[in-house]
Amino acid sequence: MDKENQQKRDIILHIRRFDPERDESPHLEQYTVKVEPGMTILDGLHQIKQNQDSTLSWRFSCRMGVCGSCAMLVSGRPMLACNTQILDITDRALTLAPLPNFDIIRDLVPDLTRLFEDHVAIQPYIQGQDAEEMENPTGEFFQTPHELEKYLQFSYCIKCGCCMTACPTMATDREYLGPMALAQAYRYNTDSRDRGYESRKSVIGASHSTFNCHYAGECSNVCPKGVDPARAIQLMKRDLVLDYLKLKKRKKACRVMGIPSDVERKPSIPFPPYTVEQK
Amino acid sequence: MRDMKSEVGYWTFFIIAGIVVFVLLFFHMMIIHMDQLLGIFNPAGGSALDWKNVIYRSHSAFFTTIYIILLAAALYHGFYGLRTILFELGLKKRTQSLITIAVWVIGITLFSVGVFANIAVQTVKAAV
Repeated sequence: MDKENQQKRDIILHIRRFDPERDESPHLEQYTVKVEPGMTILDGLHQIKQNQDSTLSWRFSCRMGVCGSCAMLVSGRPMLACNTQILDITDRALTLAPLPNFDIIRDLVPDLTRLFEDHVAIQPYIQGQDAEEMENPTGEFFQTPHELEKYLQFSYCIKCGCCMTACPTMATDREYLGPMALAQAYRYNTDSRDRGYESRKSVIGASHSTFNCHYAGECSNVCPKGVDPARAIQLMKRDLVLDYLKLKKRKKACRVMGIPSDVERKPSIPFPPYTVEQK
Repeated sequence: MRDMKSEVGYWTFFIIAGIVVFVLLFFHMMIIHMDQLLGIFNPAGGSALDWKNVIYRSHSAFFTTIYIILLAAALYHGFYGLRTILFELGLKKRTQSLITIAVWVIGITLFSVGVFANIAVQTVKAAV
């Protein structure tokens, strides 16, 4: 046996399968995969589809932990399949299932409609006080590093749904807005350029929203990007209460920095070469 | 918007009630369960639950006020928690509204009974 084959191990993957046209309920199927160091769960799934069962379905796109498409339940814990190496978590077997708290479309593909509807509900975009400046910008909004730091970590969210899966309130309350949407509401409310707090308030302050978070903290534990949604929700509770008691500080107007008119591009900096052929 | 305002208000007072309960329970522990050690508010000496000591505290305006505040805070805090648990069962909006009304009615009724008992005890004589 050569050195390459010596490093390979047989790992058993128990995968929850479900075809709505054929099955009444999900069931487990077992596959054995030859795993070598560095191989991710996503690679393992590709190997199964290529060599053993072409009907296996899952969702993926970027393969580098950026798009959030391949989130799934790996041995009971929500993770990104592309970001997780098999030998890092097991040397024998692991179980793969679709994200709970969502309906299943097929096999490992969850229906994330609820996640995106919740996201839309909190108006996840900058709402400026100056509509004219927003439509026809004359410059750039000035933001200090301190102001940026307040919301920066929450903007790393890739909407993979891991936090929604780990949340115990999501599991019982189908109307609950969820940690992803709430953390994003906090992200925009905290942005010094945004003036949308008043319009988001009717969503984040209603029942089945911010105050239904019981601070289990699992959302923050499982986030593959290191975002802390639990913290965002607690800070948003504080903001809502201070606002209710009329103690909330008003945001200062965000200054617009005009585009400098008396500068030119340095001639010594060449335009970068095209990486694809131009027609 | 109305739903939002009431929910934020409910939660704000839920936290305030929790703090009030926590502080008053601390005094309750000191007066009732550490009576042999501290012996405060026990003019007749002995146990804090001796009849004379109980009547002394019940006739005091300070204790009557504290009892009523503790009752209100504990009822509010507890019933808000119960309402939250029930809301997470995936009930219809109408059922949720009915639960809110029921919780208010039961809470106010229990509070009224408690306040009545607190005031009625003023008429009980210490020598009984």
